[in-house]
Amino acid sequence: MKRHLISAADLTRDDAVLILDTAEEMARVADRPIKKLPTLRGRTICNLFFEDSTRTRISFEAAEKRLSADVINFAAKGSSVSKGESLKDTAQTLEAMGVDAVVIRHHASGAPYRLANSGWIDAPVINAGDGTHQHPTQALLDAFTMRRRLVGRDAGLGKGLDGRRITIVGDVLHSRVARSNVDLLHTLGAEVTLVAPPTLVPVGVENWPCEVSYSLDEVLPKSDAVMMLRVQRERMNAAFFPTEREYSRRYGLDGARMARMPEHAIVMHPGPMVRGMEITAEVADSDRCTVVEQVANGVSIRMAVLYLLLGGSEPAVTTSTAARTEENK
Amino acid sequence: MDSQVSQVSPDEAMRPVLEAQDIARVLTRIAHEIVERAKGADDVVLLGIPTRGVYLARRLAAKLEEITGTKIPVGSLDITMYRDDLRMKPARAIGRTEIPGDDIDGRLVVLVDDVLFSGRTIRAALDALGDLGRPRAVQLAVLVDRGHRELPIRADYVGKNLPTSLRETVKVQLLEEDGRDAVLLGQRTVQAAAQ
Repeated sequence: MKRHLISAADLTRDDAVLILDTAEEMARVADRPIKKLPTLRGRTICNLFFEDSTRTRISFEAAEKRLSADVINFAAKGSSVSKGESLKDTAQTLEAMGVDAVVIRHHASGAPYRLANSGWIDAPVINAGDGTHQHPTQALLDAFTMRRRLVGRDAGLGKGLDGRRITIVGDVLHSRVARSNVDLLHTLGAEVTLVAPPTLVPVGVENWPCEVSYSLDEVLPKSDAVMMLRVQRERMNAAFFPTEREYSRRYGLDGARMARMPEHAIVMHPGPMVRGMEITAEVADSDRCTVVEQVANGVSIRMAVLYLLLGGSEPAVTTSTAARTEENK
Repeated sequence: MDSQVSQVSPDEAMRPVLEAQDIARVLTRIAHEIVERAKGADDVVLLGIPTRGVYLARRLAAKLEEITGTKIPVGSLDITMYRDDLRMKPARAIGRTEIPGDDIDGRLVVLVDDVLFSGRTIRAALDALGDLGRPRAVQLAVLVDRGHRELPIRADYVGKNLPTSLRETVKVQLLEEDGRDAVLLGQRTVQAAAQ
């Protein structure tokens, strides 16, 4: 595994499966009376959030605390950043404080990559979402949720998502979740189809390892999982579709559409959901919708990533499996 | 065969100290000792430490069942996350922790491992147990005790005491993992020492 987790595209299949398998063990910790492991005791992790995201931040924070790390939360709002401090200065401040890892969320695509490769800071960098670019831990938790539901909790260990058909619907253009998921799901052997209005399909999508369709109704009956994306109104600076009602009618998931999906198929959403827009309340509250599970799985995945990047003197090697030497018995 | 010979695979250069039938006999003896000390095995839970400790725990459970006629719960306890040398080596894949039944509160937990050496694995196992519940008592069963303890830990049930030098290496092979049952003693190679 690489030293940093910047993009889902950086993960090899072995890396991804190792993370999913590790997360399966981490999930068991949540069932225990003491939900804590001493693994990262004495390590300091900084959650560097230049963009608001309560869900992702508390998920990382819960994961860090369950591994006994010391946590520093940094929100750009009200910090020196609002006084004009640069990313470089912030990074150097953290380096001087001896931070062992940085979890960064930034509104600019590429900020985590810059932080990891600039030499400003020596610690591993974990991308918690950058602009419209990548959100690798989200893709991992989605893949984890799919593997659990579609392959099975124990049956899935060591396996990918080979041959599963995943449909990602909605605002692909502004979605780092869609980008990360296409990369990771392809690595894990799934067939991905993007469904979006033509105006919300990014330029260059033909180079992505996925299919593109403009008709949700055609794709639904052959999907094992349907992932609805939030329509990111805050990122929209032009009219991408005529009206919200029109969007809902063509690309929203309601009860009637859900009935066209195979019986085993699940509905996913990275959250926050805009009920009535991309998903109806009926679908959001149904048993087939995994939104709450995805949140719980997010903590397990982030624990796994933190452990594999920080748990040893160097990141986990995927080639050797649990090779326990006998000198430390 | 005692010394490391070049051009032979490490396994060939190792001398067997226990063969398959010895391992079976030793496990039967340990099972009887457990029953004797626990006065039956009513509240016994066997927890094997991955990888080979788990197979040994399962075999012990089968033998205990033969002796007592009751089913003995058996699980596995992975100690990777509790190791004290985590920061010195690359992050390693974690194994399976499976606690049979509801919990281990008030039970007699017998930890099972293949080789007892420095005692650090068992220290980590005790820490892990503390996070899982509060057993009535914890005991330790090992197939081989090779000495060189670095912590005040000793086993309650030992298959074979094997005084070794630090230049030697002990390797346990089990049918389930390695295709044969044997305990092998050999000289540590430069490569193994560097690990």
